[in-house]
Amino acid sequence: MIKVADVTKEYPRRGKALDGVSFELAKAEFAFLTGHSGSGKSTLLRLLHMADYPTEGEVRVCGFSSELTTRREVWKLRRRVGFVFQDFRLLPGRTAMENVAFALEVTGTPRSDLVPRTSRLLSQVGLPAKAGALVHELSGGEQQRVATARALANEPLVLLADEPTGNLDERASRGIMELFRELNTGGMSVLMATHDLELIRAYPDIRVLELTNGRLVYDSATTDEPRPLTARTVRGG
Amino acid sequence: MHALREAIAAVRRAPLLTVLSAAMVALALYVVGLFGLAAFNLHQALGTVEDRVEVVVYVRDDASSGEVEVLEEELLEMEEVAAVRYISKDAALVRARQDLPEFEELFRDLDVNPLPASIQVDLGPGFRNPTGVARVADRASIYPFVEDVRFGEEWVDRLHLLQRIGGIATTILGGAFAVVAALIITTAIRIALFARREEIYVMRLVGATNGFIRRPFLLEGALTGLVGGLLAATFTYLSYQSVSQAIFPLHWIPGEWVLAGVTGGGLFGLVASAFAIRRYMREV
Repeated sequence: MIKVADVTKEYPRRGKALDGVSFELAKAEFAFLTGHSGSGKSTLLRLLHMADYPTEGEVRVCGFSSELTTRREVWKLRRRVGFVFQDFRLLPGRTAMENVAFALEVTGTPRSDLVPRTSRLLSQVGLPAKAGALVHELSGGEQQRVATARALANEPLVLLADEPTGNLDERASRGIMELFRELNTGGMSVLMATHDLELIRAYPDIRVLELTNGRLVYDSATTDEPRPLTARTVRGG
Repeated sequence: MHALREAIAAVRRAPLLTVLSAAMVALALYVVGLFGLAAFNLHQALGTVEDRVEVVVYVRDDASSGEVEVLEEELLEMEEVAAVRYISKDAALVRARQDLPEFEELFRDLDVNPLPASIQVDLGPGFRNPTGVARVADRASIYPFVEDVRFGEEWVDRLHLLQRIGGIATTILGGAFAVVAALIITTAIRIALFARREEIYVMRLVGATNGFIRRPFLLEGALTGLVGGLLAATFTYLSYQSVSQAIFPLHWIPGEWVLAGVTGGGLFGLVASAFAIRRYMREV
């Protein structure tokens, strides 16, 4: 579902943000992407939904290659990939329902389908009763659920999440993790960037990819070594 | 449909901004409108004067009617000439008495008619210019029985200079104000884009096409320009009425000009917002 082949991303001033990174993520696979602040997690996620392109190497997501997909065509990939942020990025002044319906509407869903589909999505993320609540009336956990419902609007094959629990308390974080696990069980591939060690420790069955200074230094799928993160302290996003 | 709904919603969300940009466009186009009104009336006035451009060939008293006929025929063969009319000495006197009643006594007491016979030469449309007039005058002057040829060369020259200046000024000033209008719309759309940057970001993220994102802004720009154009047409008409009633009568500009102005406003809005979006999309 995701193939990252010897990817390097170099910025004119900052230098190399990613350096020869390679890994694959299969259909219905769940992986944590972890590392220090500035290790390249966010850059990698940007390349995966083609907000940016690699300097060298190739990124392939849901069959879309970074070498062939132009900026004009990126929207086709975006309809196959859901994205969730640490700060939710919901539209203020709109209700939970309107935020989800917005994603459906701008991708061409007929108006008559908007309400039933939005209701279904909000039920899927466990928020059927909050459809009419304005964004600021929702708790952090609830806002992240609305953002997830929005990311699911186009029935994506892959869910990318950048520190989705970063702004949530432990209970809300667990809730979001359970939601992601459910989606994953349903067949969705999930790649979740996080620096929350407790969370990673709590799910020992989930694959871990660790970046340090733009290099992939650990992949639990390719080594039997114990998870280095359990012995170290990782800070920042 | 979505684009239209969003464009209207955008106007509702920021009515002041929309009103302000439409008003600025209206102001810019109003100046163009006023200038158009002035240019059109100048053109009309000059056209009326131009219609009166004619060449008068005065013939000597001793010229025979046969000689005059030869001259008339030759002049008629010229492409510049539309018609010729012979005014005999007697006819000239009758006309002078009618045209100048204050000299009636003077004319009555005359023993000899001092007025010469003449040929009035009307020029065809398109030839009432310095070149046409000069060619006809040159041809007539060749004949020895022609005493004088009058065609008011000075004011024919001035008339044409005035027309040319009018045309150039319309182009330059109209163009300058069109640029100002375009800049105003571009700025208004950029402000609208900035105000909705989060929405645009989300749209791009969830896979809305670029065309889908652009359309509401293009429509908003076109609507703003169109409203500005209509306001400008209204203001121009009100100014026309006030001047016509209070100062001197004016001709209202042709309907096609008004239509072109209003459509031009809409088109300006469209192009200006397309320009703004192009720049913005590159930046986000």
